[in-house]
Amino acid sequence: MRYLPLTPDDRTAMLAAIGAKSIDDLFVDVPQAARRDGFVDLPHVMGELEVDRALSAMAGRNVAAGSRPFFCGAGAYKHHVPATVDHIIQRSEFLTSYTPYQPEIAQGTLQYLYEFQTQVANLTGMPVANASLYDGSTAMAEGVLMATRVTRRNKAVISGGVHPHYVRATETVVHAVGVETQALAAAVDAEAAVIDAIGPDTACVVVQTPNVFGTATDVTKIAEAAHAAGALLIVVVTEAVSMGLLKSPGEMGADIVAAEGQSIGNALNFGGPYVGLFAAREKLIRQMPGRLTGETVDADGERGFVLTLSTREQHIRRDKATSNICTNSGLCTLAFTIHMSLLGETGLRKLALLNHEKAVATRDALAAIPGVEILTPRFFNEFAVKLPKNAAEVVDQLAAHHVLAGVPYSRLAPEAGMDDVLLVAATETTLDPDIQILAKSLTKVLGA
Amino acid sequence: MSTMNTVGRPTAPNAVDHDYKHPTLTGGRGLLQDELLIFESDGWGKTGVDLPDPKGAASDLGDLVRKDPIGLPGLSEPEAMRHYVRLSQKNHAIDLALYPLGSCTMKHNPRLNEKMARLPGFSDIHPLQPISTVQGALELMDQLSHWLKTLTGMPAVALSPKAGAHGELCGLMAIRAAHEASGQHEQRRKVLVPTSAHGTNPATAAFVGYTVVEVAQTGDGRVDVADLASKLGPDVAAIMVTNPNTCGLFERDILEISRLTHEAGAYFYCDGANFNAIVGRVRPGDLGVDAMHINLHKTFSTPHGGGGPGAGPVVLSAALAPFAPAPWVVHGSDGYELIEREEGDAAQAFGRLCAFQGQMGMYVRALSYMMSHGADGLRQVAEDAVLNANYIKARLSDVMSAAFPDGPCMHEALFDDEWLKGTDITTLDFAKAMIDEGFHPMTMYFPLVVHGAMLIEPTETESKAELDRFINALRLLAEAAKAGEVERFKGAPFHAPLRRLDETRAARTPVLRWTAPEGTNIAAE
Repeated sequence: MRYLPLTPDDRTAMLAAIGAKSIDDLFVDVPQAARRDGFVDLPHVMGELEVDRALSAMAGRNVAAGSRPFFCGAGAYKHHVPATVDHIIQRSEFLTSYTPYQPEIAQGTLQYLYEFQTQVANLTGMPVANASLYDGSTAMAEGVLMATRVTRRNKAVISGGVHPHYVRATETVVHAVGVETQALAAAVDAEAAVIDAIGPDTACVVVQTPNVFGTATDVTKIAEAAHAAGALLIVVVTEAVSMGLLKSPGEMGADIVAAEGQSIGNALNFGGPYVGLFAAREKLIRQMPGRLTGETVDADGERGFVLTLSTREQHIRRDKATSNICTNSGLCTLAFTIHMSLLGETGLRKLALLNHEKAVATRDALAAIPGVEILTPRFFNEFAVKLPKNAAEVVDQLAAHHVLAGVPYSRLAPEAGMDDVLLVAATETTLDPDIQILAKSLTKVLGA
Repeated sequence: MSTMNTVGRPTAPNAVDHDYKHPTLTGGRGLLQDELLIFESDGWGKTGVDLPDPKGAASDLGDLVRKDPIGLPGLSEPEAMRHYVRLSQKNHAIDLALYPLGSCTMKHNPRLNEKMARLPGFSDIHPLQPISTVQGALELMDQLSHWLKTLTGMPAVALSPKAGAHGELCGLMAIRAAHEASGQHEQRRKVLVPTSAHGTNPATAAFVGYTVVEVAQTGDGRVDVADLASKLGPDVAAIMVTNPNTCGLFERDILEISRLTHEAGAYFYCDGANFNAIVGRVRPGDLGVDAMHINLHKTFSTPHGGGGPGAGPVVLSAALAPFAPAPWVVHGSDGYELIEREEGDAAQAFGRLCAFQGQMGMYVRALSYMMSHGADGLRQVAEDAVLNANYIKARLSDVMSAAFPDGPCMHEALFDDEWLKGTDITTLDFAKAMIDEGFHPMTMYFPLVVHGAMLIEPTETESKAELDRFINALRLLAEAAKAGEVERFKGAPFHAPLRRLDETRAARTPVLRWTAPEGTNIAAE
């Protein structure tokens, strides 16, 4: 038991110091009926080598994205993360530190959170950002709840372009407190349709750009319509790199931005841990959920950073708190911040443009295949295609050909009746031969 | 901004000379470097990554293209390394010294876990890849579920909650769904929460739309069963009890609490934040628990990483199991399958808590930790965690005042500020002085039911020698406090990168981001 430093002699000496005869004396408060004398029915202690082998065997039964042509997106994106990022986040002082409750000895964490907040605010084009939430989908749910608090209205209009899992995660939480949602029908170019759904009881309008079908939209007019009706506009972004190329949500009139930050600095990880970006207009800061880091001075007048505005939080306000969240994705924010610092504006713009170009090249290759119809009019690095066959079946067949061709839309929302729609994403990690292999394999599978 | 760079200290408008240290010319302190924000570097237009040149502009996107500067400085790779390494040196961490935060469970983070989580077969797989290509990941989730169910004696587990508080949300939503299914939701609108509960408990209950009713605490730090019984009734949906509780004590009447709760038709939610105190020795299922979240980062050592990510799987009783949220893993005819929506056998699932499968990276680390210990090692974990806490309590009780002196504590030792009376030194002052002695302060002023609380949790990964070092430091501090060395405490910490931060100022005039000084051009080149 290599992680447990006490020796049998230590234990004997410590029990003596306590005045206990045996360890059982320390568990006297546990009712007799609930005490278990033996071991639970699980394997016993394993050495490092054994654990390594067992887990490596499991990992070996998965197909890693980097091992073959890979085109899956739909809210999680394969990007190259510089080696420096993972190296730095594994430093003990970051990896094994806790929430920065003692600011005098947590300035490392607090300063990078402040840098993160600034980067996210600038990237989203919003005045303020928090120190992260769990992921993009839970950030959207928090955004809707926040909008209902701010407007004192009870209904959220959700565009048919929003990721179906985000919609479901949001509905699950907000319905519990009686917030109504009106989720519009899925459509490739759905964003403009939401204007008609805005009414006097609308607390917020939720749109996504680029949306789940990849469609990039200028939502300025939706923002105007929402504001005219006294509602807030929440813009969801599932691909953070897109903001390096496209007009920012803030520029288009967003009041709240709920985004997924996985794309910058964080691996795919089969869906988590990810990092929720959350930004808003300045007047909303006291209604924002989650942690905030603020600038201040110490006893000598030197600049420093602290967690702040905690009177919104659960540990002070308990059942009156703006949210029950008591954590943030600290280490994932650090990965985001380091990667973003390495990219800088120059690198981010270049990366974003590369992503777009790879996707355009992929689209062009697929458009040339008979029977394939490109559905998405304007996109960043992901687009939808209509296939002459069931998309899920095609994806399975292509997987057998060692190509991971994308995400069938029916995997996200079978009820939408879009069984022939495939979502295809390309990033800077997509190489030209990958595109050729995809096109060739798809031609073969469709031609059969 | 370049002028700031040469000055060294960018914004120290009120800085004063202090006599406790020798002022230096640059503001540096030996190896401890002051570090500007990345926005104060000269990195506009700089990048630390080499990317191929794009072929052209995104002409097909027209006026959707962003034109104005974003405001993101860049650092070359060596500059980035130095920036973040310098920042790292201003952090305390469990790898530096004992980190006695009560209720937070800061224990050793094995590096094997990190290595396993980084295997490309785990880190480089997409949540929506074909199921046939992620069989090993589903196997891992299935294995983790098996360990959690066996250790807790509970029949079901929902893996997807992303943190402990998210797990509380999951548990209460399952309870709510169960009451809805039985037609009792409209009448059961209250959740009973003891005064000593974590703030997340009442916040979560309110978040799910319940009215929170507080339950009193007895003089010996436990739930007042009589008060609980008087508040239980047909209008109560659930109780939320932390066990072992936030005073570091086992709820002796736990079986009675669960019996009364079930008799009243309510469910028993247990906050499992302190599961490491009983893992392998007590199964929550045997205590009548209906739902309990398990902070994988606490009991099973996934690193806290400056505030997360955590992971909060929730074990569920048979009564609540049908309502567990999607997704979950099942054994299919052709390997593992993933149930992703509420239909068929999963028709009663209360919904979905997040976009994908939850914190897979944390599942790998937790299972790695569990397998490393095994059933025997995990039982030893609980025993050593409890032994270490009681040792601290025993060795400090003559100089500090234990909040509940009678009987053993579980994994954390709780003191109050009675012993500081008349010294003019507060719990906060005492905690800050600990920093100067090389330790992170304990949890202060929590639980709220104990005046000036100091909650110390050593965990099972501390050696006796380190505990003795810590105990010695606290004993010396306690003696100094009683000897009237007020200045040692009031001005502390003296040996930290910064001295007491002005938190009031931060809250009164919030500055939450860097903004360019007027007249600065931050346009990318």
